Amino acid sequence: MTNLLTNENPSGNGRTDPPLLEVRDLSVTFPQRGGPSVQAVRGISYQVHKGEFLGIVGESGSGKSVSSLALMGLLPSSATVTGSILFGGRSLLELNDRQLSGIRGQEISMIFQDPLSALTPVYTVGDQIAEALLLHDAALSKRAAAARAVELLKIVGIPAPERRARAFPHEFSGGMRQRAMIAMSIANDPLLIIADEPTTALDVTIQAQILEVLEKAKSLTGAAVVLITHDLGVVAGHADRIAVMYAGKLVENGTTHEVFADPHMPYTIGLLRSVPNMQTAGTQRLVPLEGRPPSLTVLPRGCPFAARCPIAVSACLDTEPVLLDHAPAAPGVPVAGLGEAAHVAACHRSAEIASGTLTRPDVFPRPEPLAVEHREKNADTEPVLKVTGLVRHFPLTKGGVFSRQIGTVRAVDGVSFSIQPGQTLGLVGESGCGKSTTILEILEMRKPQAGQILIDGQDVATLGRADLLRLRKDVQIVFQDPMAALDPRLPIGDIIAEPLTVHGVKPADRRARVAELLDLVGLDPAMADRYPHEFSGGQRQRVGIARALATNPRLVVLDEPVSALDVSIQAGVINLLEDLKEQLNLSYLFVAHDLAIVRQIADTVAVMYLGRIVEYGPVAEVFAHPRHPYTQALISAAPIPDPEIERNRKRVLLEGDLPSPTEQIDGCNFRSRCPLYTLLPPQKRSLCESFDPLLALHDTVQTACHHSEQNTLLTAAV
Amino acid sequence: MVLYIFKRFINYFFLSMIATCLAYVVSSLALDPAAKYYGRNPQPTQQTIDNILNGLGVNPDVPVLQRLWEWLVNIVAHGSLGNGVNGVSIVDQIISRAGVSLRLLLIGSLIGAIVGVTLGVWGAVRQYKLSDQVVTYGSYLIFATPTFVIGVLLMIGATVLNGAAGMQLITFTGEYSAGLTGSWWDLALDRGIHLLLPTIALALIGAAGYSRYQRSVMLDVLSADFIRTARAKGRSRNSALVRHGVRVALIPMSTFFAYSFGTLVSGSIMLEIVFSFHGMGEFALNAISQSDINAVAGTTLFVAILILFSSTLSEVLYAALDPRVRN
Repeated sequence: MTNLLTNENPSGNGRTDPPLLEVRDLSVTFPQRGGPSVQAVRGISYQVHKGEFLGIVGESGSGKSVSSLALMGLLPSSATVTGSILFGGRSLLELNDRQLSGIRGQEISMIFQDPLSALTPVYTVGDQIAEALLLHDAALSKRAAAARAVELLKIVGIPAPERRARAFPHEFSGGMRQRAMIAMSIANDPLLIIADEPTTALDVTIQAQILEVLEKAKSLTGAAVVLITHDLGVVAGHADRIAVMYAGKLVENGTTHEVFADPHMPYTIGLLRSVPNMQTAGTQRLVPLEGRPPSLTVLPRGCPFAARCPIAVSACLDTEPVLLDHAPAAPGVPVAGLGEAAHVAACHRSAEIASGTLTRPDVFPRPEPLAVEHREKNADTEPVLKVTGLVRHFPLTKGGVFSRQIGTVRAVDGVSFSIQPGQTLGLVGESGCGKSTTILEILEMRKPQAGQILIDGQDVATLGRADLLRLRKDVQIVFQDPMAALDPRLPIGDIIAEPLTVHGVKPADRRARVAELLDLVGLDPAMADRYPHEFSGGQRQRVGIARALATNPRLVVLDEPVSALDVSIQAGVINLLEDLKEQLNLSYLFVAHDLAIVRQIADTVAVMYLGRIVEYGPVAEVFAHPRHPYTQALISAAPIPDPEIERNRKRVLLEGDLPSPTEQIDGCNFRSRCPLYTLLPPQKRSLCESFDPLLALHDTVQTACHHSEQNTLLTAAV
Repeated sequence: MVLYIFKRFINYFFLSMIATCLAYVVSSLALDPAAKYYGRNPQPTQQTIDNILNGLGVNPDVPVLQRLWEWLVNIVAHGSLGNGVNGVSIVDQIISRAGVSLRLLLIGSLIGAIVGVTLGVWGAVRQYKLSDQVVTYGSYLIFATPTFVIGVLLMIGATVLNGAAGMQLITFTGEYSAGLTGSWWDLALDRGIHLLLPTIALALIGAAGYSRYQRSVMLDVLSADFIRTARAKGRSRNSALVRHGVRVALIPMSTFFAYSFGTLVSGSIMLEIVFSFHGMGEFALNAISQSDINAVAGTTLFVAILILFSSTLSEVLYAALDPRVRN
């Protein structure tokens, strides 16, 4: 039943044509001065066929990007690459830089993660696309290449391509730059496009657009696509096959359906169970995948995942498992090569998982909710935070000595919400919508330009210095990037104790409190003397949470607390936040762009667009029946890590980017991107054009849309 | 854009004016032009000394701010910087000497910049290789060596070379061989040979600075994502490094150009003395030794104007190289 897969048998894989790309036993090591070398990729083998869409999934440091750069021959010269890479019959590792340059951009092209730094700042976008054409076609005139560049920009959906081709990269938004990158990658009709985390730096709405453009590019050129990502949701809807990488090895490879519906490797199971799913979030606890990947310099002897694996047996610590087909197929049937039909996994216990004796909940059981006495949630109690009509405008000035105002950035433009004790408000929206300015205004505790901020019923504008200092104890923040938020020169004990120092707590009491806090966030109190760099990302964020809790706050502002963490780590931190909320009766203001996480943790959700709240209500209701077209678009743009749901979803796609907040838009400010507006008859449009919609109550949800009753986008969309 | 450059020019103009005025005040307070007259035998009468000092506008009994005002009025009204202690107009003296210094400075700094940038790029691309180490240590050695030592070492080298060749291959005293007659070509060649050593010295000093700075900028650019993009498009490594890498790494160099030009001016003063060039460097040194306030102030003004132009030039270069600062 279980057959060892050999690399020498490429025949009989259900396809008659040879694979387009065949990677065999590829290893990449980076020698280090005076130390063991880093084994970034350790003997991986996979195939990509013509027109196939392969998703490579893994956490940071799993070797997924390095293996693709090896394929392109773009690794630094210090790297040692062994194995073989066959592309269209040629062995890429045997070619020199000049020969490879002929293939790069012509037959294999690549899209990179950060579209800002991936384009040369000093050349126009049009020139950079034309460059890709001219490099591979000596006969092409400059004029023809420029014309083709404009055409390509049009294909990837850049408005006014003639004008935009003459613009420089800094004049493009992130989404537009990534479109330009795609245009560049399809310029020469490649056979293979490698996309390395192409949407990671982008907002969900833009991510959905870019994936759409990538699909279009694939269908236009007929190219095969290798999409490298850490986001299972992104591959679920697009990939034909999925390869999962861990610690430099492929640990599972199969069709998208097989990997999602019937994963055989505990790591895959853990990943799938730890990702919050927007459909089910909030109804059950997340399954944490604790621990961190092993160091690639000193790998353990056995399975590298054994230390994090709940079902590890003694064999796992001795020998590293190889990729095997564990499908309970008819016995005796020879297994194909590492090619199409096989669903392979590298685990000693995969056979048990595949046969169903070990079920997925057996491997990663769902943790029980924390048993705490039920608190009466009294709706009449005073809110911890009440914001009414908050306004923050920034003047836009020009000129040095005699500056004059040439406009206003309406960062926050009349925002109202409140948070009850023990409740969580999720604040969501694209970057630039005013989320961060809103929380900064609250934390600043100054008299706002307009509106009112009440914390524990006290108007911050009326308080004196001493009262404000006292009030600051009640409101704390956890930052997005745990690396940047902790002073690297202070031991974590001092970092956590710092708020206590400010409020004049005695040293002995501080130490006791630090130990208590470390224990509370699931860290060993003995670690108080260590420095931040000794901790993993998830642990650092726990330190950040401990610091925020030091003063016993009533309200914690969480500014994207998990978005800088790896997927497998997120679940543990989210669970901790949920537990702490119950234990300490905290209130959270949770700012995030990941809707699934918001649905998981929030009780109420406020959707922000251009400094306004456009929808505000109980989280279950807003997610189940979004009424505002923007909310609908946000929710449908967020990928769901389930291929069946993802492929059959009704989607509301947004056009273009967030308009500049300096623009003065008459009427509804969402009009320029509203998919509902374009469907409306002219007489109804005039309402959107002339009147700014106010939040109005529909059942339990407030929505700022004139036509939310007639909104049929989700039922009409196919 | 033109407006922006113009604004910066005005900005630098005022800065140079302030620098010159300060130099005038400082030199007026520090130098004592009357001293040498008191030392003469027979000593001139107080009346005579006062007359001379008043004629030059440097009488210490007149308040310094008033003298500064008169000096400025004289510049604006008559385009004159007053007379030196030798009685010759400062403007005339500067005009006759500026050409000598400028020829040396411009050629030297240009060669220095080109060589330095090339070495810097080369060192960055071949980081920690032997060639990079050699360039690195070489430039530190030049930094550590006083300018006049470099000049003298070059002279010794040239003498050895001349001795080995058995003829005067390289002449290095003065700007040209006195009394040489011949065609225009012969004269130009003679001047060129005389210019060789000081230019090499100046270029070495410039190249040492440029190569260090260019190397570190280039190292940043080498790891930039857009180099990888260019190679993914099908550019070979070297072509991507030049077309995309060096092009971007040159941007901050334009600012460095303005600053290093200033240091070169002071470096060239010593070289002019060593190589007996009758340029601005010699003029400045003489001015100080003779307590010639007007000459010191005039020299400062001259250097300030040089810096003014090189700063403006660096702004123009910056804008030309980097589209992000235009508009």
